Amino acid sequence: MSGLTAERAIPDRPGRAENYLTAETGLASWLLTTDHKRIGLLYMAAITVFFFLGGAAAFLLRLELFTPEGDLLSADSYNRAFTFHGVVMVWFFLIPSIPNILGNFMLPLMIGAKDLAFPRLNLISWYIFVAAGLIAVYTLVSGGVDTGWTFYTPLTTAFSNGNVLAAAAAVFVAGFSTIATAVNFIATVHLLRAPGLTWFRLPLFVWAIYATSIVMVLATPVLAMVLLLISAERAFGIPIFDPLRGGDPILFQHLFWFYSHPAVYIMILPSFGVISEVVTCYARRRVFGYSFMVYALLWIALVGFLVWGHHMFVSGQSLFANLVFSFLSFVVAVPSAIKVFNWTATLYRGQIVFDAPMIYALGFIGLFTIGGLTGLFLASVPVDIHVTDTYFVVAHFHYIMVGGAVSALYGGLSYWWPKITGRMYPEAWARFAAVMMFFGFGFTFFPMFIMGFLGMPRRYHVYPQEFQVWHVLASGGALILAVAYLLPMGYLAWSLIWGRRAIANPWGATGLEWQTSSPPPTENFDTPPVVVQGPYNYHPEHEGPPAMDREPHSPQGGQPV
Amino acid sequence: MSEAALHKPWRSLRRQREAAEFGLWVFLASEVMFFACALTGYAVNRVLWPEAFAAAARETNVLYGTINTGILLTSSLTMAVAAESARAGLRRLTLVCLGVTIAFGLAFLMVKGLEYAEDIEKHLVPGPGFRLDQPAAQIFFAFYWLLTAVHALHMTIGLCLVGTLLAQAWRGSRPLSSPAFEAAGLYWHFVDLVWIFLYPLLYLAGRS
Ligand SMILES: [Cu+2]
Repeated sequence: MSGLTAERAIPDRPGRAENYLTAETGLASWLLTTDHKRIGLLYMAAITVFFFLGGAAAFLLRLELFTPEGDLLSADSYNRAFTFHGVVMVWFFLIPSIPNILGNFMLPLMIGAKDLAFPRLNLISWYIFVAAGLIAVYTLVSGGVDTGWTFYTPLTTAFSNGNVLAAAAAVFVAGFSTIATAVNFIATVHLLRAPGLTWFRLPLFVWAIYATSIVMVLATPVLAMVLLLISAERAFGIPIFDPLRGGDPILFQHLFWFYSHPAVYIMILPSFGVISEVVTCYARRRVFGYSFMVYALLWIALVGFLVWGHHMFVSGQSLFANLVFSFLSFVVAVPSAIKVFNWTATLYRGQIVFDAPMIYALGFIGLFTIGGLTGLFLASVPVDIHVTDTYFVVAHFHYIMVGGAVSALYGGLSYWWPKITGRMYPEAWARFAAVMMFFGFGFTFFPMFIMGFLGMPRRYHVYPQEFQVWHVLASGGALILAVAYLLPMGYLAWSLIWGRRAIANPWGATGLEWQTSSPPPTENFDTPPVVVQGPYNYHPEHEGPPAMDREPHSPQGGQPV
Repeated sequence: MSEAALHKPWRSLRRQREAAEFGLWVFLASEVMFFACALTGYAVNRVLWPEAFAAAARETNVLYGTINTGILLTSSLTMAVAAESARAGLRRLTLVCLGVTIAFGLAFLMVKGLEYAEDIEKHLVPGPGFRLDQPAAQIFFAFYWLLTAVHALHMTIGLCLVGTLLAQAWRGSRPLSSPAFEAAGLYWHFVDLVWIFLYPLLYLAGRS
């Protein structure tokens, strides 16, 4: 494919002794491994469990909201269900999902390294993550928390009767895992790039993971300290956030959102990377405006730290502060828009193949655009005041985090599945699931924009009759969405045994990760790769792809069935 | 010897050492944000309640604080010597300096313990029966306890790290060329530096 490796023959499949999946066997060889590929799979297992748990809580919520009365859950258990849903989905699914599964597995391969910079730290971070997850499950078993994932004071510190300390401990401990992973990624990108792989030859997925890691390193500790403060206040009665004793509950909101707005970018930046890889590969195009794609990522990572006040327009913050944060929120939307435009421009005159990863990617671009534009509604003070704490906000951030990040996770998993497992997934089923996810998502969350704008507040288990039609639509959509999420788990598991064997580079993609066998050998590359050109070399530079003589459409890379 | 210290993804010991240091610097950036969060809270409240903070800060024991500042600064010197001599392969000097660093660290924690005992005796723990009348003085002491406790926890972790390195260097199970000595040194200096911020904020505020 690329001129780089045309001379060098790459075996499609490694020998049994080299294959990272079969090189060592037994439970201990997995639980004590320092191989980034195996640790990526360990993360996949753990994160899938949390996705089920958080999804089960969401299912309960949607079931309860089917009727206006509270017939399934009491107000209190409803509060506990949405808090559990939020905490698990944010810290145990969305934040670790793409970086720790796909990043862990792909980052060293994409830069031609043998492993991450600190392989043992990588394994330790998985154990910390699992420990944190066990604390989260303990929180649920011991009665749950009713504060919402935002832990607002003074509810958390003085009034909540849930197990706030355990929930805070779970998130606190998970933070160590996040930071350890981020330090590892940053050091890897800086110091382990293959010879010739200069910064501006890095694939955009690597850039995205790098920018995410920077945000993780700088934002996560702020959350850790804030959780420590509320835990100390709840456990020892110190008065920092207690208004009765001169403390300031709004200070908590400032510190919390200083973390939690960048956390949104922790969840979405890695998806940007995945989409850039998939769109270029399935349009057979160089990415449009590579350097702007890089600067956009870094710009988002930086300016993302300066917009937290848009969550606090109704907190009594000064009008001046509101306007500044509103302006900065519009500023941070610019690089996201650049990315959407550049993906679209990449498609222009491309030879587009609608394989499953591409359907996920196109779905991502559509849903992310809606999520981003409604974010601008929320960034303008007057609109935000109207829809604060309504389903409009819920719909907005689910468009980004679920429509965006989860679509990208499934797209990335399908795209790299042959590399990870050495097996092809069944294409027809995958396309079906991808389309279903798009429509299921729309049915679930678009009605929320409407009912939110009409005034339906979030976090209530009962509601006036007039909103029922929207809630029924959303609950019905959630059922479709649930099937669309479960279906890939089924056929991907099926493909592990019955899937066709993959060749080294089934999609004819250009990244270094495809220049080794599928699945890769334990050492990643038989001969250490050397890079002589930039990424996405799908056609000669300064030339469009040949418009007239299209390659014949060949699903799954035209492999013999 | 250098063979034993070289680990998997690395091709050269120099690169590996660079990575250990670089990784630690990135981690320290994270630590800076951790303390910066609490210090922001301190700053906000100090601006809101200047008199109460000044009055409360006069209650801390500046003698213990100053002694501890001296102890920590000296321990950073011995730690730096330990890291440099490990790099130069001087085994005896490394062992001695690591030992002295641990002794200083323990001395710091002991002085801190004495101070905590005195604070409790003087009813400087936020809550009912607090010594001062202004409610915001309790906020100062909330930060005092929180920041010094988190700092002491970092000291304890540092002591464990240095102790492990001392034991490993003693038994020879870790080669002196290992980048861990340098990395532990960086961490130790950082914890020292945090104290350099805490000392004026907690002990000197209100005494000018
Ligand atoms: Cu935000």
